[in-house]
Amino acid sequence: MLAPDILLAAVLNGLMTGAVYALVAVGLTLVYGVLHIINFAHGAILSAAMFAAYFASLAGVDPYIALIGLAPLFFAAGYAAQRLIISPASHGDDQNVLLVTLGLSIVIENVLLTAFHSDTRSIDVPYGFASVDLGFAFLPLPRVVAFAVACVVSAALWIGLHHTDTGKAIRAVAKERYGATLVGIDVAHVYAVTFGIGAACLAIAACLLLPSYYVNPRVGEAYVLVAFTVVVFGGMGSVPGALIGGLMIGVIESLTGLFFGESLGQLGIFVLFIVMLLLRPTGLFGARA
Amino acid sequence: MSAPRAFAPILMILALGAALPFVTSSNIILNGMVTTLIVALAGYGWNLLGGYGGQFSFGHAAFFGTGAYACALLQQRCGVNAWVAFASAITIGGGVGFIIGYLSFRSGLRGSYFALVTLAFAEVFRIVVNASSFFNGAAGVLLELDARPGNFQFASRAAYYEVALGLVGVALLSTRALERSRLGAYLVAVRENENAAKALGVDTLKTKLQAISLSAAFTAAAGAFYVQYFLFINPELGFGASISIEALLAPIIGGLGTAFGPLVGAVALHELGELTQWLLGSLPGADMALFGVFLVLIIAFARGGILGLLSRLGRGVHGMAGEVMP
Repeated sequence: MLAPDILLAAVLNGLMTGAVYALVAVGLTLVYGVLHIINFAHGAILSAAMFAAYFASLAGVDPYIALIGLAPLFFAAGYAAQRLIISPASHGDDQNVLLVTLGLSIVIENVLLTAFHSDTRSIDVPYGFASVDLGFAFLPLPRVVAFAVACVVSAALWIGLHHTDTGKAIRAVAKERYGATLVGIDVAHVYAVTFGIGAACLAIAACLLLPSYYVNPRVGEAYVLVAFTVVVFGGMGSVPGALIGGLMIGVIESLTGLFFGESLGQLGIFVLFIVMLLLRPTGLFGARA
Repeated sequence: MSAPRAFAPILMILALGAALPFVTSSNIILNGMVTTLIVALAGYGWNLLGGYGGQFSFGHAAFFGTGAYACALLQQRCGVNAWVAFASAITIGGGVGFIIGYLSFRSGLRGSYFALVTLAFAEVFRIVVNASSFFNGAAGVLLELDARPGNFQFASRAAYYEVALGLVGVALLSTRALERSRLGAYLVAVRENENAAKALGVDTLKTKLQAISLSAAFTAAAGAFYVQYFLFINPELGFGASISIEALLAPIIGGLGTAFGPLVGAVALHELGELTQWLLGSLPGADMALFGVFLVLIIAFARGGILGLLSRLGRGVHGMAGEVMP
């Protein structure tokens, strides 16, 4: 039997990872909730953001500071991608959107591969191996920061969605597209803003991940499959569901890894994912499907 | 369409194709054609379900890899004859398709949910095979070289090419036969409006299950042939995302839901790949990046793919681009 403090440490570690999963998933779920599409380019955008953060750090900008510039930059890129590529190319057909975002992900991922090859890179920051001592467990400092920032960003998003005009417009479009058009909401603009927010969340997640993680052109893929799981788990389109789902998935991964070995840690997630999709596609929190 | 008009163009094109080795004996060309035909065959599988049935799978690698691994392991571990292993691999692939289809269609998964669950299945297969010593883990399975026709191994590229062409021919003829069958009509009805099809008395679950089993069997055949040709398979080659993507690119670029679409698309992809390599040298990923651009352009401007474009230009060969999706 495992000692309780090892178990507790594993749970805490899982929560730290889970916070980043939650951040990646929030972007995905928001786009799904509003546009009713799954953005298959999510993982590729995360890889691109990690490369951006990587090169910022090579240029001497700390990832935590690069975050301030990269988030708006990716917001703009996401806004433009939806407005100029995804929306016109898919002619309003959901199956087309599926393929267009898949096409975008192929392009982004392979352009990264062409430009930077498949080498795995990482950065060296002075706090990379620093840790926080809780008395019974050590937590790596970068992951504690990631946890804290992810929580702050999610809270800000929550407040923004409920107390600003744009946030209310986003929720209105998510609930009733035609009704929103009738009261004068610019739906195309809201779509693009939502997409932009999703991309900005990824830029933030990328900056948080970089100090303790590596980057290569396919790094986002692993995260995005996890994010899909989180989104399905928490209910497609539900922001609180994505947060709680992200944290839970982080813990599940950490515990599966502890009991069955590292390589099967992710397997637990996918099995859970398939079971969830088959049995309860509306998610644990039963979001509007 | 009468039977001769439906099948004659296919037989003519297959006969023309079969003559290729008599025109060129270049191993580079024949090798390129064999890999193109493998992609086309996987694409034929995808097209049955995605093109005719409207169910977009993002994880056909699950079937490709199953076919390849089943074929290789049956020979290596059980000493089964290669041809028997090949046929069994196709059956096993179809069975896996049935199981995945049963689980997902019974739960009513459609559209993006279906795409997601197939993607997840392929990924689970990849991780399991990668981690398990029974499948030889990440190292993959190597088949022993023993070039005898009785062993489904040939000394010449031309023989491999003819066999691959034969398999694609079977897929083409089956697709055309499906178009003319009741099942094909049901499938198109499901694609166009599933609820309406159900209301008219079509057993939609059964229809989709038949489609996914057939679809998986063809893609598994592509995987099994792959392993007979390269004598090697590993988790990334068998279950990786790239084969799932190529299997859907070929029919979409060629012409979704048409009998010739996957073949035309696979040839176009191959030529596009060669062209990128010729222009840019062997940059990793450059060809795939271009395929992605091509995919977005096709969806934006030519939903019917290359065949759709041809028929719109009024130069479509009759019976070849006759029933392109709108």
